[in-house]
Amino acid sequence: METKKPQIHRMLTAGLAAVAAATAALSSATWAQAADTEVNLYSYRQPFLIKPLLDAFTKESGIKVNVVFAKKGMLEKIKAAGDNSPADAVLTVDIGRLYALKEAGVLQSIKSDVLNKNIPAHFRDPEGMWFGLTARGRVLLLSKDRIKPGSIKSYEDLTKPEFKGKICTRSGKHPYNVALIASMIAHHGEEGAQKWLEGVKANLARKPQGNDRAQAKAIFEGVCDIALSNNYYMGKMMTNEKKPEQKKWAAAVNLTYMNQDGRGNHMNISGAAVTKSAKHKDAAVKLVEFLSSDEAQRIYAEDNHEYPVKPGVPYSKLVQSWGDFKADTLSLEKIAKLRPAASRLVDKVGFDDGPGS
Amino acid sequence: MRHAAAVSGRFSVRQLIARLTPDRWGAATLAVALFVATPLIAVASIALTPAPDIWRHLYDTVLFGYIERTLILIAGLGLGTFILGTGTAWLVTMCRFPGRGLFNWALVLPLAVPTYILAFVFTDQLEYAGNLQVALREIFGWRDRQDYWFPEIRSMGGAITVMTLVLYPYVYLLARAAFLEQSVCVLEVSRTLGKSAWQCFWQVALPLARPAIVVGMTLAMMEALNDFGTVDFFGVKTFTAGIYDVWLNMDNISGAAQLASVLMIFVVVLVVLERMARRGQRYHHTSTKVQALPSYQLRGWRAGLAIAFCALPILLGFVLPASVLTSYAVVFFEVTLNANYLTITLNSILLSASAAVAAVAIGLILAYGLRMGEGPLPRAAVRFASIGYAVPGAVLAIGVIVPMAALDNTIDHFSERVFGISTGLLLSGTVVAILYGYLTRFLALSFGTVEAGLGKVSRNMDGAARTLGASPLRAMSRIHFPLIRTSLLTAGLLVFVDCMKELPITIILRPFGYDTLATFVFQYASDELFEESALGALTIVAAGLIPVVILALTSLRTRPGHANPGGRA
Repeated sequence: METKKPQIHRMLTAGLAAVAAATAALSSATWAQAADTEVNLYSYRQPFLIKPLLDAFTKESGIKVNVVFAKKGMLEKIKAAGDNSPADAVLTVDIGRLYALKEAGVLQSIKSDVLNKNIPAHFRDPEGMWFGLTARGRVLLLSKDRIKPGSIKSYEDLTKPEFKGKICTRSGKHPYNVALIASMIAHHGEEGAQKWLEGVKANLARKPQGNDRAQAKAIFEGVCDIALSNNYYMGKMMTNEKKPEQKKWAAAVNLTYMNQDGRGNHMNISGAAVTKSAKHKDAAVKLVEFLSSDEAQRIYAEDNHEYPVKPGVPYSKLVQSWGDFKADTLSLEKIAKLRPAASRLVDKVGFDDGPGS
Repeated sequence: MRHAAAVSGRFSVRQLIARLTPDRWGAATLAVALFVATPLIAVASIALTPAPDIWRHLYDTVLFGYIERTLILIAGLGLGTFILGTGTAWLVTMCRFPGRGLFNWALVLPLAVPTYILAFVFTDQLEYAGNLQVALREIFGWRDRQDYWFPEIRSMGGAITVMTLVLYPYVYLLARAAFLEQSVCVLEVSRTLGKSAWQCFWQVALPLARPAIVVGMTLAMMEALNDFGTVDFFGVKTFTAGIYDVWLNMDNISGAAQLASVLMIFVVVLVVLERMARRGQRYHHTSTKVQALPSYQLRGWRAGLAIAFCALPILLGFVLPASVLTSYAVVFFEVTLNANYLTITLNSILLSASAAVAAVAIGLILAYGLRMGEGPLPRAAVRFASIGYAVPGAVLAIGVIVPMAALDNTIDHFSERVFGISTGLLLSGTVVAILYGYLTRFLALSFGTVEAGLGKVSRNMDGAARTLGASPLRAMSRIHFPLIRTSLLTAGLLVFVDCMKELPITIILRPFGYDTLATFVFQYASDELFEESALGALTIVAAGLIPVVILALTSLRTRPGHANPGGRA
């Protein structure tokens, strides 16, 4: 055994030398990038969707954007890497993720006059931790043939006995529905929201399933008459040249905003934030500022049929054709905080088990 | 000796420690097993971090529903893969009927198809607007849903069907290999004793092949336990759906890790129970009489049934998805070609191949260590490390990133202090993290296959080699290696195919600008535009085909002395 010692020493020395050499090579690479010529983005949004925006940003600023896309685990990844996390900014599609990132303490507060000017206060975090970039409405799609316009005016109307067996929706656990249920808790209290959710469940035509477009399709096929959907899916179906059958689905329904005589239609946001550990903070802020600019907001509106948050940027022609509407101004942070309660409510009511369970 | 120590009646700490202390082989095995199991341990330790209690709520509401559906899913899948896998394996090894030679290798093809892709294709074809129902409506003049009944594809039945079609090849491969290896003597004896073909199957061949079949079924069931994409697509709320719900909707990663830990315990119990059920049944074939197997010639309707039984899983599990993908790929090929198609294909292949080599190496070390070493601890550690296959991929990815980033940060701080140089994320920021995740995820495949191969090498041979003065290493290279070469190849190919299909670990752990075919397809599928990435999906299937066909052809030759032109065993 004694004789092995020098060998181990030699191995250790060699190992350390190798590590030192590698680190030297790595750190010189880091220095070369010091001028913020690039920015690293974690995106909950599909790269092919945001590519036009990022290309426009690169063209304007000369800053290259590296993207990695995932729908789970980003928060844990940033948290685990701590100060060494390569992520400079995060792009999300739901208030829930933004709030969770903030709560996890991985974001930093950004004070930017540009952002404060471009984004109305209720679409950004009071502490500047996150910024809403687009708004999306959870609307109802109503069968043109079978539902008389004006017979459903609010989310509360969904529980009316006359709509028994007529409602379609995706899973109650989907972030978009969880946020809607959270807003019902905010407005009616937990008990009121539970009663409401039970009423909606009793009126379901089938077990919650599929995505938002699948609900329009179900109305087209006569499975149901009323569906919950985000507004922009309607725009995407109506303009889908690659799959023209989707135009028929969209043609079978009327997009209808809810609670126009009261608090307004429930809204969610897609947004962005800068991480606490950002190595390219300036570039990250520039990117978020750019995404709130006229140019980027117009791309969001035209390509994706979402509502730009920046006042004065016009909606897409299609979205305009659905008319003006009143949006619920309930605090997004409040919605985000109530998500766990909303998710538990879905369990309690057995919403996803479908009608008659 | 051990037994004597146990019944001596006097509790002795020294004896206990002596029993638990592994020897050199055991210690090495333990160390490697712990290395592979680290992500699982990390998940368990996340479960211990304080967080709001989820159990009261789950117990009151959905917990039993999750458990019930999960049990139904794995029971249905177990039964389905058993019937399809064992049935087809028996037919192609023991019977003669037209097309047998083709079925022999084609039955493995569905393994190359990712479950989520088959799920999509099935829904696409079988739902109301799908080709089948459209055709039915046209033929029979039905107008809408009220006119006829059609099974709902987005259901438990749909999930079981799709998973069975993709996963039965595990059982098929292992059962077929087991049938091929059965000594002809055993079967001939049973025939001589007046057993019918069915009796031979049920009373002799099946019990002898049981360990292999159970391994195949266990793999399939573990795959079903870790799956989220498919069950979510079919609207079936299983235990895994619950894990993701607690994690992402209730913002409670600790609660999710608690659920995942319960899942791991469940798998351990299942595996232990199965092992206890066949305790003491260790067979080595001692006969060397391995001439061509006798076979039953099937004619008429029997042959027709055999053909239908073998053709159906191939048609539904491979031909259908491949042709649907091809038809979409022809229309939408540009989307994939524009997205650095060659680079992402190369990434997929290189990553999967490296993972396959590493997984086989680790599997070999562990299987060999357990054979040579003594002590219950290393054995338990290896069993524990193998359950990574049942853990939902995204949870496992968190289990990889937490300890790996901690190690990176420790190295970074050390180097910063000592050399004044920041090393950043040396490992967790690179593909090493993905490889590590794959190792843990697929250990059950690599270790399981190698262990099964090694288990077939009689210990008498080890004894003979050692008596003749060969060192353990020499015994390994001269005796074992040639005998388990096929098992090593099988293990490597299985891991390769599974890595090509793997999604959740890859997508979370990959560095910037690094895409594989699976992450590329997911990008579109998650925006409801699956068709546009069809060429990518088709490439996953095609790249999986090559190893799958090699698999089918090599294991054909495993019957020593038969159909093996290379030489005699």
